[in-house]
Amino acid sequence: MIVEAIAFYIFAAVAVGAGVGVIAARNPIHSVLFLILAFFSSAGLFVLMGAEFLAMILVIVYVGAVAVLFLFVVMMLDIDFRRLRSGFMRYLPVGAGIGILLFAELVLVFASSEAPRAALPSALARGGASISNTRALGEILYTRYIIAFEGAGLILLVAMIGAIVLTLRRRPDLRRQKVPEQLARRKEDSLEVVKVPIGEGIS
Amino acid sequence: MANFWASYAWPTVLTAAEVLAVIVPLLVAIAYLTYAERKVLAAMQLRKGPNVVGPFGLLQPFADGLKLFIKETVIPSGANRVVFILAPVLTFTLSLIAWAVIPFAQGVVIANINVGLLYLFAISSLGVYGIIIAGWASNSRYAFLGALRSAAQMVSYEVAAGFVLVTVLLCAGSLNLSKIVLAQRHIWFAVPLLPMFVVFYISGLAETNRTPFDLPEGESELVAGYFVEYSAMAFALFYLGEYGNILLVSAMSSVLFLGGWLPPFPVAPFTWVPGPLWFAFKVAVLAFGFLWVRATFPRFRYDQLMRLGWKVFLPLSLGWLVLTAGVLLVLGWLPAH
Repeated sequence: MIVEAIAFYIFAAVAVGAGVGVIAARNPIHSVLFLILAFFSSAGLFVLMGAEFLAMILVIVYVGAVAVLFLFVVMMLDIDFRRLRSGFMRYLPVGAGIGILLFAELVLVFASSEAPRAALPSALARGGASISNTRALGEILYTRYIIAFEGAGLILLVAMIGAIVLTLRRRPDLRRQKVPEQLARRKEDSLEVVKVPIGEGIS
Repeated sequence: MANFWASYAWPTVLTAAEVLAVIVPLLVAIAYLTYAERKVLAAMQLRKGPNVVGPFGLLQPFADGLKLFIKETVIPSGANRVVFILAPVLTFTLSLIAWAVIPFAQGVVIANINVGLLYLFAISSLGVYGIIIAGWASNSRYAFLGALRSAAQMVSYEVAAGFVLVTVLLCAGSLNLSKIVLAQRHIWFAVPLLPMFVVFYISGLAETNRTPFDLPEGESELVAGYFVEYSAMAFALFYLGEYGNILLVSAMSSVLFLGGWLPPFPVAPFTWVPGPLWFAFKVAVLAFGFLWVRATFPRFRYDQLMRLGWKVFLPLSLGWLVLTAGVLLVLGWLPAH
């Protein structure tokens, strides 16, 4: 148990430290890198809790995809570092307020009731430790929370289509590569062998 | 105290020994893959390749390593020092830690975790960071352009590779790599899922930034791409990381599609060869494919690269996933729990 406790405190300390780093770093790129470190430490905490599926999904989705795009955008932006820092004290109370609110909500959920544990369906309770948490999550998501789950998928699909529609431009003047046409082209269509009479040429 | 020794210290020592037993042969394999690449390319171009250092030039990788080791590490004055050094270290580390879940034989694996497939996918999706932060920290136009290309390319091909992994997962019914190999006892997944195997292998070429997808390096337009500012050991780490990733993609392909340590047929002459040798042989054949492709194909144009990833591989893998799910469901072949 001691090793688990030590690992927990290391991951937790790194996560909190990286969180502070995100808002304290001068360079926005460093902020994003700290954010990635925070995601990573959270994934470590998930593994310690035995939720290895969530940990891997956190790394794949947030670190592997979301943060890459984030880093991409921040790198491309032309940022004035001094102006970026100037609003820090003004926004700090707002951020701190939201943080305190979220913390209070978490405390309420875990302290007031047995709600989180009671929400687990019987499948997980029945299987106990023998059932892997990947399967347990699947059984919950596709039975009890199927409507919420599919609804979330639908909303994401709509958002994706919306983003494509918003950014799609038709540019008729553009010359595109048409692979089927290239492949369908035969020698007879493009080559013609002619005998050219001397002095006359062909038109 | 005895309890401490038995429950913590001894397992730690054991794990460290296991890690060394994987890493040391792996590093030797990476070193000789660089040698093999030069020899294979030379043979395909009717040259001799390295043949001076040692018999048949076999000591060439060590000579190269020594040369890079004693060279001076130059850090450009405009570079972001910490991130600049972090990038090659990250690339090399990521190419090694994925091997923790690769099974070499029945039960011969460092970490036999439940979500091995997701772990591999997570690690390979992190590979892009080494390149993108190298390009940014170098504070150089060429390096930055290389990094941007690489990020777009790796993210694009990962989507198709992800669907391929889901297809394999459907057929195997487990995320555990050992169980995936054992699910191929009767038939290797490369047979029913041949198009997926091809998609995965080509996506592997794109994710390791190898020819014909080596636009991030593109020496004819970007000098050397994202590592143009790197020298000495920092460069060596990128270089070794690239070859480590080639071996990793080959190992992943052989575990997911070619039955890992399993012999092609479970009958007498094939079963005499021990499992790890089969595994090594499959990895070697697939890695040779990487070198062969490099000697054969010219570089893709950037729009062709994106077209192949998004308009060919993505619909193909998505369609094959739905087809596989349908066939498994209709014929009742879904793996039982």
